[in-house]
Amino acid sequence: METAMLGQYGEVLFVPGHRACPGCGAALVVRLILEATGPNVIVVSPTGCLETFSSPYPYTPWGVPWLHVLFENAGAVASGVEVALKRQGLADRVRVLVIGGDGGTYDIGIGSLSGMFERGHDVLYVCYNNEAYMNTGVQRSSATPLGASTMTSPAGAHAWGQDRPQKDLPAIAIAHRIPYVATASVAYPADLVRKVKHAMAFRGPKYLEVHSPCPIGWGHDAAETIDLGKLAVQTGLFPLFEAIAGQPLRVRKIHKRLLVIDYLGRQRRFSHLFEDGANQDHLARIQAIADDNVIRLGLVDTVVAGRQSNEA
Amino acid sequence: MARSTVSVMEGSLAVAQAVKACRPAVISAYPITPQTHIIEDLAQMVAQGELDAEYIRADSEFSAASILAGASATGVRTYTASASQGLLLMTEVLYFLAGARLPVVLTATNRQVSVPLGLQPDHRDTMGCRDAGVIQLYVEDVQEAYDTHLQAFKIAENHHILLPTMVCMDGFVLTHVVEPVSILDQTEVDDFLPPYAPLHFLTPERPAVFGSYTDDANTLEFYYLTQQAVLNAKGVIEAVAREFQEAFGRHQGGLIDSYSTEDAEVVLLAMGSTVGTLREAVDVLRQEGIKVGLIKVRCFRPFPGEEIRQAACGAGIVAVFDRAVSFGYQGVLATDVKAALYDAPQGKRPWVLGTTAGFGGREVTLDTVREIVNHAHKVLDGHPDPADEVHFLGLKPELLRAVGKAQAGPRG
Repeated sequence: METAMLGQYGEVLFVPGHRACPGCGAALVVRLILEATGPNVIVVSPTGCLETFSSPYPYTPWGVPWLHVLFENAGAVASGVEVALKRQGLADRVRVLVIGGDGGTYDIGIGSLSGMFERGHDVLYVCYNNEAYMNTGVQRSSATPLGASTMTSPAGAHAWGQDRPQKDLPAIAIAHRIPYVATASVAYPADLVRKVKHAMAFRGPKYLEVHSPCPIGWGHDAAETIDLGKLAVQTGLFPLFEAIAGQPLRVRKIHKRLLVIDYLGRQRRFSHLFEDGANQDHLARIQAIADDNVIRLGLVDTVVAGRQSNEA
Repeated sequence: MARSTVSVMEGSLAVAQAVKACRPAVISAYPITPQTHIIEDLAQMVAQGELDAEYIRADSEFSAASILAGASATGVRTYTASASQGLLLMTEVLYFLAGARLPVVLTATNRQVSVPLGLQPDHRDTMGCRDAGVIQLYVEDVQEAYDTHLQAFKIAENHHILLPTMVCMDGFVLTHVVEPVSILDQTEVDDFLPPYAPLHFLTPERPAVFGSYTDDANTLEFYYLTQQAVLNAKGVIEAVAREFQEAFGRHQGGLIDSYSTEDAEVVLLAMGSTVGTLREAVDVLRQEGIKVGLIKVRCFRPFPGEEIRQAACGAGIVAVFDRAVSFGYQGVLATDVKAALYDAPQGKRPWVLGTTAGFGGREVTLDTVREIVNHAHKVLDGHPDPADEVHFLGLKPELLRAVGKAQAGPRG
């Protein structure tokens, strides 16, 4: 039995047995990323769910070298790993990845991430975005979407949850003029793997954001992780794109567009928006974010004067 | 005799020369006064091709230390320098470096901590990371700063230690002073300090994990091992000082230095640049027939309690010159000295007089020392201080009156 298990997972670089929750998007993201990169990488993770569930001493699911330093410095730590590899003449054979959550990326770690971008280190920074501080028990981050109820942005008689829109971190990454910025979703694994491989073809800093549903924090069944990931993309709330320096933005088109209520209505964090007496204006404001994404990024092919636009 | 050249240079340049001779692979830093000249000199050396190192200009001191954490974990020699707020910003990383056993060497150019914002050379900054598991060595003059940096890498990288090691030098007083310094030839330094041989490092050839999550079943053992590593440094620091002397013919190092303590009634005890002043003062007072001696605490962590006990036991009183106070208790150094002397044999335990000479950068002069020695004699004559007292020397009553009676004085 044991041998059979080992045989089954012998080539997998992030093996089962770790402590992620059932239906965790992040664990799947890590496995897919390492499938794309292969074994010659060093991974840095900031503090967060991934760090906690993958590193209880003396166990490890990691088949690659892995370094966790602190919450707010993964960009800097990865910079240091990269320069050390360069000094050792290993930079062509061993590449550096960061895999961290939105709290460590959008909020507390954004300074060291910006430094890593600006200095031009050859690092792929992957943010698995589950839209709140899940490791500490579902508190609001600057990646938490408008209207989501969390433990620190609770809905109540005088509040409808998170009352500010998300920070646009991919746009901040693009503003650093780094070679490659992209968004992906755990719900589209082939697209995710392709983007990781594409990113690794570039030298210099790369940023990849991966939408990653969290059953605990979002309030959905563990079996629905992939469905919800798809709905976020199909409603236009989480646009998938690639921004390669010097090239026009490439987006993944939405073929059958859905309304945001189809996505929001399946998650407990938005349930207050559907209660009796709920303010219809709130749903309209969230729909407006999706509409804006669709128009701004050209997510839906429109029929103009009898012909389809041919973008991407 | 070792080949060396005596040159007159600024303290910061001497430190940069020492660091260059140690051939760090990665340097990362962020500017803060009074550390800037060191990192500027190193930047020049890299720019001129005199030093072959990666020089990473970080976005903060926090990132500088984090960059070195990553580089050190990947198996190369690393260096940074900071002070004051910068050191406090690094402190979270220093705790990591100690726990992960990464031998980063750093220079702390001691400076006061805001507020009040200022540039005075006190020790509140380095005391703020006292408990991290960092080895702390305090130096007295520029030559010692140069020599100690050469030793620091050897101490830090010893496989029985593998800890971040901090060379503490009083800002301006030592960083910006110009003194003659004996600079060793590169080949001599290379013989003394071989290339870094990491025990554990990140490589895909042998995947390993740094920075695990632990719980109540295993955290205590990690702490125990860190404590053992810091304590191991006591023997290694002494051994490296002996090696240094054999190689270069001059003694520089060890845990403490004793000066005229054998028959001393009053022993002065200090760290850093104050020691130079006290050495002069001891000579003057001895000529006047006053039995006074001096203990220089060079290594603060690990704390040389046993060594201080042996050197001070014959004396009647130890007067501690503290450049840092743990507000609400006492001078930080004095507290540790008292703890060390508590274990002295019955009847041989000296009194301890806690003073803040040099705190806030207030100058320590011969008159300051006389005042303290006079006070010490009063204690010996049977007038001990109230328990836990710390003397703020040279307070200006007119300034205290200006902030109002409510705040200025002690309240009963």
